[in-house]
Amino acid sequence: MSLRVQITHRFDSFTLNAAFDAPAGVTALFGASGSGKTTVVNAVAGLIKPDQARISLNDQMLCDSATRLWLPPHKRRLGYVFQEARLFPHLSVQQNLRYGRWFAGLRGDSAEETRLITLLGLGPLLARRPGALSGGEKQRVAIGRALLSAPELLLMDEPLAALDEARKAEILPYLERLRDETQIPILYVSHAMAEVARLATTVVVLSDGKVLRAGPVQNILSDPGIAPTIGLREAGAVLLAQVVTHHPDGLSELSAAGGRLFLPEVTAQPGRTLRVRILAQDVILSRTRPDGLSALNILPGTVSMIHAGDGPGVLVQLQTGDAQILARITQRSAQALELSEGKPCYAIIKSVSVAQDNVGRGA
Amino acid sequence: MSFLSPAEWQAVALSLRVSLWATALALPLAIGVALALARGHFPGKQLLNGLVHLPLILPPVVTGYLLLLTFGRRAPLGGWLYDTFGLVLAFRWTGAALAAGIMGFPLMVRAIRLAIEAVDPKLEQAAATLGASRAWVFATITLPLILPGIIAGAVLGFAKAMGEFGATITFVSNIPGQTQTLPSAIYALLQVPGAETSALKLVALSVTLAMGALLLSELLARRAAKRVSGA
Repeated sequence: MSLRVQITHRFDSFTLNAAFDAPAGVTALFGASGSGKTTVVNAVAGLIKPDQARISLNDQMLCDSATRLWLPPHKRRLGYVFQEARLFPHLSVQQNLRYGRWFAGLRGDSAEETRLITLLGLGPLLARRPGALSGGEKQRVAIGRALLSAPELLLMDEPLAALDEARKAEILPYLERLRDETQIPILYVSHAMAEVARLATTVVVLSDGKVLRAGPVQNILSDPGIAPTIGLREAGAVLLAQVVTHHPDGLSELSAAGGRLFLPEVTAQPGRTLRVRILAQDVILSRTRPDGLSALNILPGTVSMIHAGDGPGVLVQLQTGDAQILARITQRSAQALELSEGKPCYAIIKSVSVAQDNVGRGA
Repeated sequence: MSFLSPAEWQAVALSLRVSLWATALALPLAIGVALALARGHFPGKQLLNGLVHLPLILPPVVTGYLLLLTFGRRAPLGGWLYDTFGLVLAFRWTGAALAAGIMGFPLMVRAIRLAIEAVDPKLEQAAATLGASRAWVFATITLPLILPGIIAGAVLGFAKAMGEFGATITFVSNIPGQTQTLPSAIYALLQVPGAETSALKLVALSVTLAMGALLLSELLARRAAKRVSGA
């Protein structure tokens, strides 16, 4: 399962020139507004015709400028979840859900439908009209509608951007389950790094119409080079960690590649793998193992990359076990610690600095 | 009906028949033209727009005369219709239906075009990504969403057809039992001294029919709009 995209499209102010592969799992297309993300997704869906493009899904060509091939959207077998839910107002929730299914030549009432309705929590909504639903409910119906058309690829263009924080928190777990429980590859457009860190398995960073970086989420988010694009405050690595136990004092103990992590209680059974996003600005570095410190999480590692920008800070990438952590410290501290590549070092993370939002299901 | 004399009843029945036929035949064409004007990009779009609106701005008598020039028995198009289908329009009720349809056409197109322009193309895009071809998108999304506009257009067209006078009397004259519609009958009665009572009855009927049509359309359009709004 993979999507191959190669697009050139000229806009008034810039030229989009992007090529990337999206393997199975969630491929996040990340970039600032106006970096060309939506254009890429619309070209994949067939809603716009780029100046030049070559897009294939699995073994099927969707469009190829060289042979003037261009499949119309309804023949591409894609599910598209838009920023606004775009539910059909004259149809009930159930009719909306079955709309794409009918065109795919599939039966409406099926085990698949029941499973998805349960997964997305749509049961109580089926008889209602879209106008009477909340924003979060609408978006869940839109996701269900796209999935029930049995697509070979799911496109999501900032599906959470129009929702408030509470609604986002409501939908994110559904998206995680979708990623872990369905086999459909997902191309997910976002400019919110928190969502990308929670959901993505592969990240493609777009900047000014070009692909800046592309690769597995752990590698990309711990790459100091993308910090200018995503913003220094948003920079931070994603660690996979397994829940070991929950302590009675309200802390959960997790086992990560570099060592033990203590976090404010997480809602997951021992044995579950979680992904934990650790913001670079929440990490303190020390050359020696600190003693008499309130911070609980001390991960040993070696400096693998130092990236200095224009400002007073530097980003330090630390290899800990087989994972990387990113720390943002001042140049002055980096010099005082005499940090350089290969030097052993300890990363110190305050337990309470890891917010609930930054802990999600693994994979 | 004892309220109306047979001759008066004839005029009412003819008007209803003419208007129903005019509306039924003009409506699909009006939907097509409204779609072309709202969504199409083609050379001559402004020309089509002008042509559609012509009956609204021309004096009705001019429209009627132009119809006579085009669809009269000896006119090119009228002659061809007679030779090919045996269809005669001039001075027949069929001609009255044609005149009424043409006069109501711009009103239908305007109402439907407004409704089409109010449909969010993003919904149609969403339907396309769900596997619907353009024809299916129209049938399952666009058409249901513009239904209130279609109803409004149809009622406006019907009301215009019921009241059409100038083009009708010019094209098909005022033959009792053949082409004498409600307005023509009222006009004819007003020319006869002492027929005011009869004329007033028809006037009252005219008002009742118009109000009834308007109320019905309001009801239907409101129901359709409620369906469409998704609440």
